[in-house]
Amino acid sequence: MAQITRSEVEDFLYREAALLDEWRLEEWLGLLTDDATYAVPPNDKPEGDAGTTLFILSDDIVRIRERIKRLMSPECHAEYPHSRTRRLITNVRIVETNGDTVTIAANFICHRFRRYERQREYVGAYRYVLKRVGGELRIKDRRVVLDAHELGSLGSVSFIL
Amino acid sequence: MPRQYIVDDPVKQKFLLNRETLVSPSVLSEEMTKIFAKCWIYVGHASELKKPNDFLTRKVAGRPVIFNRDMKGDINCFLNTCRHRGALVCTEREGNRRAFRCVYHGWAYRNDGALGNVPGAEAYKGEFDKSQLGLKRPARFESYRDFWFLNLSAEGPSLRDYLGRATDYIDLVLDQSPSGQMEIFSGTQEYDVSANWKLMVENSVDDYHLPSTHSTWLDYMANSGVVMAKPKDGMVLPTHGRAVDLGNGHFTTDNINFRGRPVAAWIPIYGESAKPEMEEIRAELVARLGPARAGRVADTNRNLIIFPNLVINDGSAVTVRTFYPDGPAKMHVTAWALGPVEESAAARARRLDAFLTFYGPGGFATPDDVEALELVQQGLANWQDDSWSEMSRGMGREEDQLNSDEHHLRIFWRRWNQMMESA
Repeated sequence: MAQITRSEVEDFLYREAALLDEWRLEEWLGLLTDDATYAVPPNDKPEGDAGTTLFILSDDIVRIRERIKRLMSPECHAEYPHSRTRRLITNVRIVETNGDTVTIAANFICHRFRRYERQREYVGAYRYVLKRVGGELRIKDRRVVLDAHELGSLGSVSFIL
Repeated sequence: MPRQYIVDDPVKQKFLLNRETLVSPSVLSEEMTKIFAKCWIYVGHASELKKPNDFLTRKVAGRPVIFNRDMKGDINCFLNTCRHRGALVCTEREGNRRAFRCVYHGWAYRNDGALGNVPGAEAYKGEFDKSQLGLKRPARFESYRDFWFLNLSAEGPSLRDYLGRATDYIDLVLDQSPSGQMEIFSGTQEYDVSANWKLMVENSVDDYHLPSTHSTWLDYMANSGVVMAKPKDGMVLPTHGRAVDLGNGHFTTDNINFRGRPVAAWIPIYGESAKPEMEEIRAELVARLGPARAGRVADTNRNLIIFPNLVINDGSAVTVRTFYPDGPAKMHVTAWALGPVEESAAARARRLDAFLTFYGPGGFATPDDVEALELVQQGLANWQDDSWSEMSRGMGREEDQLNSDEHHLRIFWRRWNQMMESA
């Protein structure tokens, strides 16, 4: 099998970012493996383990799917009307390759805009484990580490960061 | 004519709140002296300082403080400010240190607060007494069962007397632990809400809002196999719940559980594999506490307010949450998770996971609470033309005051009003 390249990873991340920024969240679910995880560690323990540390969020695939149902509902008040987000992704690196999986790192800025509200810039690093499934890259683990010392004025992580 | 903050009319069964209390800089400035400088304010939990010389820095009642365990093992709270010219003497968030040294001129303090080395001390010829120049402490610093509070005033009741009957409800939380000891876990949720701090007090105990604000959380529970009865007889919630006045402005909700509890009410979200251990946990509760008290621990949810700004929620998990105003329309919130010191790795992981189903800035409920509070604050820009908030729900109800009534919100506001009207 062809080795996973950085440019392939970049194309994948940009496509994912477009789906998230455009709120095509059901399509985004299609980018995940059936055992995918999504986690945002707390700002004061970015290297923490969700089994022993209180996270901001830590989802298995079941809860990711429930989160998407919630986000697509007009009753999800924190995200209705939806935030407008725009994420810029750079510094993409392949950290480790192991057969058909790679661990990748990337930097991001995600700007978030809501009417009448302050503008927020979520800055941090993505760390994914990507797996090639049937020729396509899929997300197995998705960890989003924020650089801010505290969530502070960013308020909530009420959307898919 | 002095401002009237509340209308409290038992004859008309009407309670109104002047919305100016939620927007006014002058009200906030009065709160600083009449409430935050007089009440016991939560600092931290002893379990956060495991070893001698461990320290944490945080802001409490707006003051940067050092919360530490000194070399003798005693727990202290110091104002984080150099006695020389005022700089912070500790800039790290946490760590283990025997001394704190000011970077400006190098004054160094032992971790029991005493002033040690002063570079060039011989230059002080007049009245200069190092023994009087240790790090300042808040006027009082006391604990109840590992919960440490400061008081900026030397006057007033001891912490124990201040907490009064609220200790019954703290004890009920701590009864989860066979040894009666709980600990704060690693990981802090710190987030701002663009709303007046008192709205968080209300929101933390206001169960009236649950069906409308948190319908997506209710859907998530239902999708996960949690069966909740449909509310009946004019109730808005699936089970009966009370609001209980604990005196001194403290109060709690006290509800029959309908949502799953890490101790020890299983729901499918915890997974089949959790069942045997949760049955053991319940059996231990019954053996230690008897069936009635075990039922109180395992099968009731309680959101407890220690006046003015500490919340202990014992529901989907146990949260310790405090918040402090930064201007009339903004607050900083800090939240931690608490659990029994002896629980297994599996139980700990389950508890942390359960926490995230509801609470916190990425939970399935808290972000919508935050949204609701921020919408209130935005709407309050109309306060001069629409000046009163309605808070009469349940007034005059003859039986128990319900958690979905506003009795407990009125308890808070009456106490707040009393303190604000004092000289």
